[in-house]
Amino acid sequence: MAVTFSLPTVLAKLADGQSNLEGTGSTLGDVVADIAGRFPRLAPRLRDDRGGPYPFVTYYLNDEDIRFRDGFATPVREGDEVTVVAAIAGG
Amino acid sequence: MTTALVPELEQGLKPLRPLPLHCRLCGAFHQPAPVATCEECLGPLEPAYDPDRPLPNAATIASRPASLWRYREWLPFEGEPTLSLDSGFTPLVESPELARRLGVARLWLKNDAVCHPSLSFKDRVVATAINAAHALGLDTVGCASTGNLANAVAAQAARAGLPAWIFIPHDLELGKVVGTAVFGPKLVRVRGTYDDVNRLCAQAADRFGWGLVNINLRGYYGEGSKTVAFEIAEQLGWRTPTAVVAPMAGGSLVTKLGKGFGEFARAGLTSGPRPRLYGVQAAGCAPIVRLVESGGDQIQPVVPDTIARSIAIGNPADGRFAAEAIRTTGGWVAAVSDAEIVAGIRTLAETSGIFTETAGGATVAGAFALARAGRLGPDDEVVLCITGNGLKTVEALEGALPEAPLIAPRLRELEALHGRDF
Repeated sequence: MAVTFSLPTVLAKLADGQSNLEGTGSTLGDVVADIAGRFPRLAPRLRDDRGGPYPFVTYYLNDEDIRFRDGFATPVREGDEVTVVAAIAGG
Repeated sequence: MTTALVPELEQGLKPLRPLPLHCRLCGAFHQPAPVATCEECLGPLEPAYDPDRPLPNAATIASRPASLWRYREWLPFEGEPTLSLDSGFTPLVESPELARRLGVARLWLKNDAVCHPSLSFKDRVVATAINAAHALGLDTVGCASTGNLANAVAAQAARAGLPAWIFIPHDLELGKVVGTAVFGPKLVRVRGTYDDVNRLCAQAADRFGWGLVNINLRGYYGEGSKTVAFEIAEQLGWRTPTAVVAPMAGGSLVTKLGKGFGEFARAGLTSGPRPRLYGVQAAGCAPIVRLVESGGDQIQPVVPDTIARSIAIGNPADGRFAAEAIRTTGGWVAAVSDAEIVAGIRTLAETSGIFTETAGGATVAGAFALARAGRLGPDDEVVLCITGNGLKTVEALEGALPEAPLIAPRLRELEALHGRDF
């Protein structure tokens, strides 16, 4: 499955300046692994040491916080949109 | 901008410069900028104060004008502020009756329901953020808001002559919508919760380069909350209470209360133990309460379901830091129902003459819950943070108050009413 993957500027700098990427996989975790493999400098800001979501980013799959789904185990479909946002905001 | 807003500049004093920033987690240094996230680790950025800067003594502070700027050495700037010079220094009101009902020695209310210019504690954080925006040369400000911040940004941007983009959930209370729109900002209602609004604003700050006070200016913004702690200490005669109870939304206020009390202690302006910090949330939106109760270190977000919309943040950015401040001071948390919040609003009004909004009702209700649980006791001197004005959320009291009798302007009808219980 190919999904679009949007990064904030602070992370796009670690992906050769690209804020919109495409990744493949059957789960969100697969997609993140695909992108992390292609952009090694970005990888530690996408996943923590245990392979889970890095704690200072929030992932949205089609506008829904993935913590309300199954996290990285959430299945993705062709054309889905993943948005990564820096977690420290608001309040 | 009117000349009345820039008196210090006219007198030839140093122009305002925001302090550089450093990461709370990894310590990385960042030049002053509208950026709130560390480029190294994505942790939160905070102002980097010079530890050797000259600090005023109590007498000097007390001689300054009655606003939050009397504590300027602990605010994130060098030079003189130019905007929002009258925010802060709200009354600290003692309430013997509320102390009696709670079973504590003494109790005061930090009454930010009358903070200037928009009647909530958010005037403090906007005062620092809007000065940062101006000094950084930003031409537009804004925010993601549950209401009070919208009011504060709209009012202070209007005074500063800055365009403002303000984003709110679609279902806010009428008073908060009107109390924003009247100042003429670009007010945008977003279908979704505050957390949806917040995500959009994080993307908007990235896309448009605006100074969104609680997004990319939040390193400067949050410092304004420390002035609640500074004022409490000064107004108590340069000492601290034993306990402070505050509402929690994003968690920033409790975090900065801890920081503020710590800074005054280190400056030798107060002595003795730091107050225990207690945080209160609505039961329908209590992710920080759950974090403290569970002993964990990661927030589990929730979808808010409460009448207390001003504290309805399901994914609080400062949740883990608020939990840390609560734990390290020996405090605790309470979650209160919507019915308890309404009762809290009424109790505060009837005992103390202060009309607060839902967040203040939660604080009062939380104090009662903490007292029942033995967390507050007869030796305690307690301050409750009343963070907003009740006229903004009158919907919360719908059906909760007795209907006033209606009579003709005749003495006979009043005589019939006299002596009846209503």
